[in-house]
Amino acid sequence: MRARLSALLLLTLGALAGCAGHELRGTGDLGVVIERASGSVQILDTSQRASLGKVAGLGDLSHASISYSRDARYAYVFGRDGGLTKVDLLTRRIVRRVIQGGTSIGGAISPDGKLVAVANYEPGGVKVFDANDLSLVADIPAVGADGTRSKVVGLVDAPGQRFVFSLFEAGEIWVADMREPRQPALRKFSGIGREPYDGMITSDGRHYAAGLFGEDGVALLDLWNLDAGVKRALVAFGRHGEKLPVYKMPHLEGWAATGSQIVLPAVGKHEVIIADQHDWQEVARVPVAGQAVFAVARPDGRQVWINFAYPDNGTVQVLDLPSRRIVQTLTPGKGVLHLEFSPRGEQVWLSLRDENRIEIYDPDTFARIGTLPAESPSGIFFTVRAHRIGL
Amino acid sequence: MALIFGSASADSPRIDPERQHELVRLVRQDCGSCHGMQLHGGLGPALTPATLRDKPVESLVSTILHGRPDTPMPPWKSFLSEAEAAWIVDSLQRGFPDAR
Ligand code: HEC
Repeated sequence: MRARLSALLLLTLGALAGCAGHELRGTGDLGVVIERASGSVQILDTSQRASLGKVAGLGDLSHASISYSRDARYAYVFGRDGGLTKVDLLTRRIVRRVIQGGTSIGGAISPDGKLVAVANYEPGGVKVFDANDLSLVADIPAVGADGTRSKVVGLVDAPGQRFVFSLFEAGEIWVADMREPRQPALRKFSGIGREPYDGMITSDGRHYAAGLFGEDGVALLDLWNLDAGVKRALVAFGRHGEKLPVYKMPHLEGWAATGSQIVLPAVGKHEVIIADQHDWQEVARVPVAGQAVFAVARPDGRQVWINFAYPDNGTVQVLDLPSRRIVQTLTPGKGVLHLEFSPRGEQVWLSLRDENRIEIYDPDTFARIGTLPAESPSGIFFTVRAHRIGL
Repeated sequence: MALIFGSASADSPRIDPERQHELVRLVRQDCGSCHGMQLHGGLGPALTPATLRDKPVESLVSTILHGRPDTPMPPWKSFLSEAEAAWIVDSLQRGFPDAR
């Protein structure tokens, strides 16, 4: 109870301080944490290691994610209830909010920052909005070659003013060229594998990989050479031993790409796979504490921090990439849902859903260097994402 | 359908209140990662009274305990007893309680 009160007090003080001054400030050290149960977000400051205030009224935020405007001032929040909300980090107000679909799963912003795309489960498809006023620009229903409407997953932006995404039921990858925003030019790849559940693009913008739930391996598309089509990579992965149940689907977005190596989740295995980012060949497998959900590379690519699905979601492990060994196992508290590094990696922030707090660690010493109250926190997103392909 | 509505809920499986609280949390949070925290659906279908009311209890309980092979629905039998799964199905069919 006392913790609750002081949390409230802190937030109120933060809000007051924000309103008081008109001093100019940048947004490069800011971020947002989703408070999934209360439909609110907090604006975070990684320099002060503090919350600057709360913005409420964003609807159902379970599984919510965020893309940033290219000036890193506005956060586009993609809610589960189909809500798309544009939040101003500086004034800490909602600029605009639309309910654009039934249930959505994530979104992306175009390379030129003018279009925001939302991936919908229900009705399955992608809707594209004007990043300025959130008016609808294009609607792309996800009807596969077999005629079925699919849930859309793994939506990312790609160089060439493109969006790339996958169709779960139909098993397809689509590339939408948005140079003519009202008339997206679609290139469709079918038969890519059963049940792509998420997708990611490498940080150089070249490869789009869709993780497959219905079979082993990933479906890989070289965006520099679409004519080569979709290939299967890492097929051997998962082809050994029994499949364990998956209590939460792993996320591929932000899966650790370090420049030369990439770390991927095994589905139904308590392992992560290290692959070569150029030829997508397996380099090593590392046993971990559970079904990995997020694996996030420290910006220097030396470590990868991993969290896990139920019932191992109180554990975080640190993989040292040079030695390919788990060098630290942390148990910060119950319900670790997400982790995010500060832009240069001197801090890592963890959301602890069931403890109603955020913890901040020093990734060199593994010491806890801060803690902040938050209501059922899930995703933490720092503005450094504004300038990264695929985030 | 012999469902009894109202306060008595005489035929609902008996689960002590503390465990009920845990189960509500589990369903909203952990089942919610696929079915949505409001249970309106996501990767998995909606688990609302409207979608579940007319489905046979036994098969829903079995889905929860054993999962559905070849779909992402995992088996929960290592974490839930049959009575607990039955309580969840019963609660889902009536309208699931809030977490707080
Ligand atoms: C990893 C994702 C995932 C998780 C976690 C999950 N489910 Fe499911 N669930 C599904 C999918 C997908 C289906 C649909 C299966 C099919 O296609 O038949 C489903 C189906 C169901 C059904 C049958 C619905 C119907 O209309 O027939 C019930 C009941 C259900 N789930 C309950 C639960 C409960 C209770 C939990 C938590 C204890 C849970 N699920 C957790 C993915 C999940």
